[in-house]
Amino acid sequence: MATRDTTEPTNQSVVSTDEVVDWKTKLRYFLNSDFVRSSPYWGIPFILMGIAVYGGIGYNIAISFTDYSGLQPPSFSGLDLEMYRTALASEAFREAAINNFVLLVSFTSISLILGLFLAILLDHGIRYKNKVQTIYLLPMALSFVVTAQLWLWMFNPDSGVLTVIVTTFGFDPIDWLGNPRLALPAVIFALVWQFSGYAMVVYLAGLQSIPDDQFEAAKVDGASTIRTYLRIIVPQLKESSVSAAVVLMVFALKAFTFLYSLVGQYRPPNGTDILATLMVRQAFKFGKWAYGAAIATMLLLLALSVIAPYLAYQYRQGSL
Amino acid sequence: MSQSTSRSPIDVESLVENFNYRRVGKYALVVLFLGFFLVPLETGIMTALKTNSAIARSLPFAPPAGEGFTLSNLEYAFSQLTNSFVNSLLMAVPATLLNVLLASMAAYGLTMVSWRGQIAVFALFLVGVFVPYQAVLVPLSQFWNNMFPLAQMLEPLFAAIPFLQGGHSRLVPLTITHVAYGIPICTVLFRSYYKSLPNSLVEAAKIDGASITKIYRRIVLPLSLPMFGVVFIYQFTQIYNEFLFSFTLITGSNHPAAPVTLILPAIGSSTEGIDFGIRMSAAFLAALPTIILYVAFAEQFAKGLRTESG
Repeated sequence: MATRDTTEPTNQSVVSTDEVVDWKTKLRYFLNSDFVRSSPYWGIPFILMGIAVYGGIGYNIAISFTDYSGLQPPSFSGLDLEMYRTALASEAFREAAINNFVLLVSFTSISLILGLFLAILLDHGIRYKNKVQTIYLLPMALSFVVTAQLWLWMFNPDSGVLTVIVTTFGFDPIDWLGNPRLALPAVIFALVWQFSGYAMVVYLAGLQSIPDDQFEAAKVDGASTIRTYLRIIVPQLKESSVSAAVVLMVFALKAFTFLYSLVGQYRPPNGTDILATLMVRQAFKFGKWAYGAAIATMLLLLALSVIAPYLAYQYRQGSL
Repeated sequence: MSQSTSRSPIDVESLVENFNYRRVGKYALVVLFLGFFLVPLETGIMTALKTNSAIARSLPFAPPAGEGFTLSNLEYAFSQLTNSFVNSLLMAVPATLLNVLLASMAAYGLTMVSWRGQIAVFALFLVGVFVPYQAVLVPLSQFWNNMFPLAQMLEPLFAAIPFLQGGHSRLVPLTITHVAYGIPICTVLFRSYYKSLPNSLVEAAKIDGASITKIYRRIVLPLSLPMFGVVFIYQFTQIYNEFLFSFTLITGSNHPAAPVTLILPAIGSSTEGIDFGIRMSAAFLAALPTIILYVAFAEQFAKGLRTESG
């Protein structure tokens, strides 16, 4: 009773004053709102990040419409899509795009499968599980620059470990990175070595969220372990798969550092040129800034085509 | 019921047998993959400790024996990397600290204080995590070299500092760049932590009339100390390991401000090819800080990775 009595008049007063409040009161309300009060907290990082990421992207797109190259400052008169046309018509661009696609798909899927396998292997009744997991994940902590050196030595045709293995089985030594047809699979192999531990960690977290009684129920029904996993457990890991896949794909798009460090120069081993290496080479070696910017824009579109559906999916799930 | 209990002794026996085979197979696989993940590292370390003739003669993963053992490769690599270690730390430590602080503030403003449209703002942060850095490289070099040449402006100041050269001023724009591009991922990490915190404390403080700043300083900051550790370790590793920004802003591996990752791909190579003893020594030394951090804080690192994927 008492509450009703007090709320009604205040409601009325709010409504009535709303018509007469001057802009000063409105401004005071606005300045006291949580949005404004919290803005120094999220606003400063937001501006810094916004300028760097979105300002950078915008300026990059603007440059890609010019014909900026060399040392002259870019001129923004006469913008056109010439750089994009040149890129799409060039053999090198098409080759890099195909390599990028192969790298993206095979690296991601192999890492996911291996990661899932390792997660299942470690999921139940393994001793020292945490220590094993730490070692499987160790390559993740290393820089691309370091792992590139390690694998350069592993793939060395004179005395690398893989050469030792191949010759023990009676084959001739193989120049993995020197053979244009083997170089990309070799790079993918090394990247899988570095990142499958990541997929494993994501899957292990997913497996732990599945209640144990589902395993028990399947066991009571007489299903084999493999069948249990394939039919019952794996379908429930869809979310883990999606999020691991997105992060892995983004890693694949960033593989520039690995490829550059393998050889220490702009041109990666024959047959492994991807959009990222092509872009950096055109811009920073040849000074074709606008052309590099156009390739970078297309790389960005590629990345967005992977993340946009993912973010939309997350948003619909309410987990954003 | 009675049927199953009467049959159970036989079942258990066959199960145990079955189980043992399976167990052995399982552990064999675990060990096999331990080898898979460790062999490249082990080979690198063994090679780092060998003389050139031992590298040519022995198996790459075999430990050095007798005459073949040497520390000279490690010593040489260390002398080549000393300055760049300092550079890497001068850049990575302040960048990570700023990053962690700004990201925790952003996550606080985007999670614990509610206002309309914060999901949209957060989505902009989230997209920033996934943007390939190639898409901002040309503007980045334009900005720091032509539009706002901060390194040039600071050069006299750095030349006056003992132990540093004017060229070290390039570490300042590099650090700022790392802070700016590191904010998105760190914000995502902090946000997922803040969302998992119970809301009751903040609500109670609000009812008591605590301001937004007071809530952050008195409640959120102390509560998020463990997460500060996680994000710091994760982000320090990322920045220390990063190559592309250093490559763009500090051109050339012989620049006085070059960090470790920039120098490593050039060490030990000559016209005759690569001296793998030196190269592996350098790779091992370069990786050592991150390996130590990782082994000491493996759980935090894994946690950071798990939250990264949402």
